[in-house]
Amino acid sequence: MQILKNFYEKYINSKKVAPYIFVSPFIIVFLVFYLYPMISTIIMSFQEIGFGDPEFVGLANYKKLFNVHYKNALLTSTNYTFWTILILVPLPIILAVLLNSDKTKFTNFFRSSIFMPALTSVIVAGMFFRYAFGEQASTLANSIIGVFGLEPITWLQNSIPAMIALVVLCVWRWMGVNIIYFLSGLQSIPEEIYEAADIDGASSWDKFKYITIPSLKPVIIYVITISVFGGYKMFAESYAYWQTATPNDIGMTIVSYIYQTGFNNFNMGFASAIGITLLLIVLIVNVIQLNLFGLFKKGEQ
Amino acid sequence: MSKNTIQVTVIILVLSFFAFFALSPFFFMLVSSFKPGDQIIKNGISASLDFEIMSFQNYKTLFTERSGIYLHWYKNSVLITTIQTAAAVFLSSLVGYGLAVYEFKGKNIIFILVLVLMMVPIEILILPLYKLSITLGILDSYAGVILPFIVPPVAVFFFRQFAVGLPTELIDAARIDGASEFAIFFKIMMPLMKPAFGAMIILQAMFSWNAFVWPLIVLRSNENFTLPIGLASLITPYGNSYDMLFSGAVISVVPIIILFMFKQNSFISGLTVGGVKG
Repeated sequence: MQILKNFYEKYINSKKVAPYIFVSPFIIVFLVFYLYPMISTIIMSFQEIGFGDPEFVGLANYKKLFNVHYKNALLTSTNYTFWTILILVPLPIILAVLLNSDKTKFTNFFRSSIFMPALTSVIVAGMFFRYAFGEQASTLANSIIGVFGLEPITWLQNSIPAMIALVVLCVWRWMGVNIIYFLSGLQSIPEEIYEAADIDGASSWDKFKYITIPSLKPVIIYVITISVFGGYKMFAESYAYWQTATPNDIGMTIVSYIYQTGFNNFNMGFASAIGITLLLIVLIVNVIQLNLFGLFKKGEQ
Repeated sequence: MSKNTIQVTVIILVLSFFAFFALSPFFFMLVSSFKPGDQIIKNGISASLDFEIMSFQNYKTLFTERSGIYLHWYKNSVLITTIQTAAAVFLSSLVGYGLAVYEFKGKNIIFILVLVLMMVPIEILILPLYKLSITLGILDSYAGVILPFIVPPVAVFFFRQFAVGLPTELIDAARIDGASEFAIFFKIMMPLMKPAFGAMIILQAMFSWNAFVWPLIVLRSNENFTLPIGLASLITPYGNSYDMLFSGAVISVVPIIILFMFKQNSFISGLTVGGVKG
């Protein structure tokens, strides 16, 4: 017992060893559930994996990427990312500014209401929108466009309306979250800057353009970055609308394509190659983002 | 009307429009949950209320349909969320604290890894993780759902940012008194980190309750499904039990909404951590 106790006092509890024990859960999870899978997916991407032993096939899986389905998936993911950013950056900024103004009443009510959709799972939200975007003339989506004199649309069977349905679902769930990000950015802008601008006779628009937007720049970069990741990894929304393969790959994203290739067609090698391309997209964005943020300054904090 | 009143009215109108956009789906989900399921599947969700076809029947089927499968899903979701949240928050607090208060070799590399992994979508790794969980024998089990996400990098980052602000004098004083490194963490620092725990427990619970992609891959048999996977299984073209669809969805959202009503600020401080204030 005494030996054990000495061992504990001397090694485990020393200032040299203790930190490693504190961080060990992360290291273990990193090695087992991130690094190992990462390496094995790289290896699988060079293999043909059938029912027998995996066979090395060189770049064959990567050559298969030049097909129409991959192009469709890449296009869908890119379009989705583009439109969600185009809407989910400017609009939440404006709403956050409105919520932050001292003229606004019922701020808490508005903020909480707009945030509420973020509490739902993609499946619950997706179920609602799937049937709200139903093809009958009486569905919510068709009644709304009916007000503007438009004919009913078969939303989920045509690529442009399908993209609209996906973006609406995303906007519904994320608007409140992005507003919270921008609000917290707005609240860190010192009030004196605005007061000084008032003395100089600046208009509201000038203040918005020359103070608010530049001060929000780090938050804007952050929100755009997570939206790029969120956009390119999107899958659950598409699954909620369509589940399986669709004619003309409507709504099929890169991750849906991985899922279909890997789990429906059991082509693990090719699915891994698709995964690697997604990883490259994410890594490139990550490097750009870390440079913009100044990662190493942050590490010293 | 003065210029000011017009401005205020416009602001309120704009915000009301977006609040309406955000809240109305909840209303229609609730209405749909009282209508016969095949009606929704066939006709979609419409704006009409049709009181004459509404009933509580759908809520009864949650208990009876397929020998109470919905209750199984609910139980699985509750247990997985509880275990995962408790484990993830505790382990991340250890790691975050270790990264914040100690100087040691490799610390910067680990911290950079945390930052990078915060951004890596696990969707890329679903195939190798699936193969790994077969190897480890955790496919189709709670452990399979929980283990890969037991130390979420976001939570580590959050605790690290919080622990950096803790008073180091307390640690030095405790060391002089002969307290061990772990006693310092459990008896002195953990109580000081209480607000961070509050925010992370709530955020992790929400992530865990709503988790979809990985549970979809790792859970294979019906009775092991969590709520999102179970609900998703109802919408397949060969799905049946449509009556459970919206009543089941409504009941699955209720716990999170109640939590949000009481702990709004924890949701918000948990969310705003990732780099905005960091």
